[in-house]
Amino acid sequence: MVQPQVAVAPTDPLATPIMRNSRRILLVAALIVTIVFPFVFSNPAVTSVAMFTLLFVGATSAWNMFSGYSGYIALGNAVFYGSGAYCFANITTHLNLKGGVALFALIPVAGLFAALVALPVGWLALRTRRHTFVVVTIAIFFIFQLLAYNLHSLTNGSSGMQLPIPPWSAQTYNNYFYMAALLVALIAIGLSWTLRRSSFGLELLAIRDDEDRARGLGVHTNRVKLATFVLTGFVTGMCGAIYAYYLGSIYPPFAFEAIFDVTIALMAFLGGLGTVSGPVIGALILEPLQQYLTLSFTGGGLSLIMFGVLFLLVIRFLPEGIVPSLAGQLRKRMRVSAEVKGGPPPTANGPVSKKAAGIKDGAAR
Amino acid sequence: MSTEIAKAIVDGVLTGGVYALMAAGLTLIFGVMQIINIAQGIFVVLAAYMSYVLQTYLHIDPFVGLIFTMPLMFIIGVVIEWGFIRRLKPQNRTALSILVTFAIAIVIEGILTQFFSSDLKTLNAWYVEKSVHVMGFYLPYIYLLGFALAVVMLGALYVFLYRTRGGQSIRASVQNRAGAELIGININRVSAITFGLGAAVTAAGGMVFGATNSFNPNSGYDLISRLLVIIVLGGLGSIGGALIASIVALVIEDVTAVVWSPVWASTMFFAVLVVVLLVRPNGLFGRPEARAQ
Repeated sequence: MVQPQVAVAPTDPLATPIMRNSRRILLVAALIVTIVFPFVFSNPAVTSVAMFTLLFVGATSAWNMFSGYSGYIALGNAVFYGSGAYCFANITTHLNLKGGVALFALIPVAGLFAALVALPVGWLALRTRRHTFVVVTIAIFFIFQLLAYNLHSLTNGSSGMQLPIPPWSAQTYNNYFYMAALLVALIAIGLSWTLRRSSFGLELLAIRDDEDRARGLGVHTNRVKLATFVLTGFVTGMCGAIYAYYLGSIYPPFAFEAIFDVTIALMAFLGGLGTVSGPVIGALILEPLQQYLTLSFTGGGLSLIMFGVLFLLVIRFLPEGIVPSLAGQLRKRMRVSAEVKGGPPPTANGPVSKKAAGIKDGAAR
Repeated sequence: MSTEIAKAIVDGVLTGGVYALMAAGLTLIFGVMQIINIAQGIFVVLAAYMSYVLQTYLHIDPFVGLIFTMPLMFIIGVVIEWGFIRRLKPQNRTALSILVTFAIAIVIEGILTQFFSSDLKTLNAWYVEKSVHVMGFYLPYIYLLGFALAVVMLGALYVFLYRTRGGQSIRASVQNRAGAELIGININRVSAITFGLGAAVTAAGGMVFGATNSFNPNSGYDLISRLLVIIVLGGLGSIGGALIASIVALVIEDVTAVVWSPVWASTMFFAVLVVVLLVRPNGLFGRPEARAQ
């Protein structure tokens, strides 16, 4: 039988119904595992690392929302982290609040404060482009760090501020923070995902690809950039507030930490800049690793050397990040195996997993 | 009070000259290669340690030691460029270069911590403690000598860039990288040499820095933050801008310490950048960024 020669664009073997459903099942399973995790592995040392990992998942996803989608690499997000932390500390101190579950309600308030900070910071920084933007965000970070040291009335300077300690047992202490961090991480991922699929997200991606052209096509670039920046500030601020509450006391170099920004940038790059799952994977891999390295090699420079070398290896061999590289590999393999089996290129309506390709070959032809 | 302000201005100019030297290397690297070398701060610290080793174990005067440290830093720069920077793919180059150079900085910091620990060190020589009495205030010799060194080096850099073919190639690459390649300039070699130059000038800056400050491997962060502010203030890619920006920023910082309070001096240093960017988003002498090709 002569097949009509219709030009069919090769479709994405990963976008078929079977692949989509299996992805959904995987996500639900992952969610259940994450929720149950601290009750199964209840060792506080483990849950502590897990909580930090979730905080970084949230912060990295937030960073990626702005920098990954818009292409403006911001290295000053620690400003929001620290602002959220100090806001939380100030409220609890001035209102003389006692530790407990109710205090978690203040986390969004701290996030809002950080979002307010993001308005002037973003307005100022976004007047510049690309390279200047990076340096401006770094400069603003240092200004905030110095302000934290010097504005004694607000931050108590280098003496730091104390936060109320909740009256939970040592065994379950971390679990509350774990849940809060999980919630914030889910919010961050949810926002990131919604953004990616919305027309707003498309505008951001357009800005990344060619900002002047996007402007010419009618995208309100300034508004879009600033709005996303504020959103990033909101989420990052919430992460900072949880961090402060967990530590019990907050000092300028911890709240405004220079390495924080580069760490989340690396996590996003490792996982895949501009994807939704990339920052998550990057944080899941790097944060436990960083904690482990810090604990094993304290003192000497070995932990630094290893971290730096790891950095370099990641950038050298996975410049696009894990998620895009793996997805690309998977697509290639599936296309090749489908073609080797002799069938036409996979279409969006037929079963195309490697197992199914053999069955189809016998039945449909 | 006015003598104190005058002294602050003089101090600012003198230290500004040294920072200008290091910032010139950084802004040149950006101009030619479109990358931001975060490792410049740790290069300065590395050079300071080199001078320290030469002085402590071989009893070589720091200024004389430059004969060894400058070529050594040049080679290190070339090797790093060849090994890491050249392999970066064009997309995401800016962000990747920041991460790569930061990773290199971390590795160097780790190595220095392993060998030298976190103890503060400083360079010693007769000119570090002694001062010359000029017009009512005391200027430490090291500041004057350091400034003189910076002027000489910047002059040499100027001669190289504006009076030699090699320098011409570099300037051409800054103006238009693609065009330079088209007319036959070997961009790889130019990039390697520029990076090496950027590292070599930190040898001089590092020596003066080591003599005027106590340092340890952690000192790189503060340095790079200042250098970055200076090159953006002056305009990315403009050496003259870096020169003026360093002197202006450092004078303002030193004067603030005297007039207002030392506590706010550092904050003012960064605030100057923010204020200038409000008026001139591309720095004092920068060019507006062209549309990505």
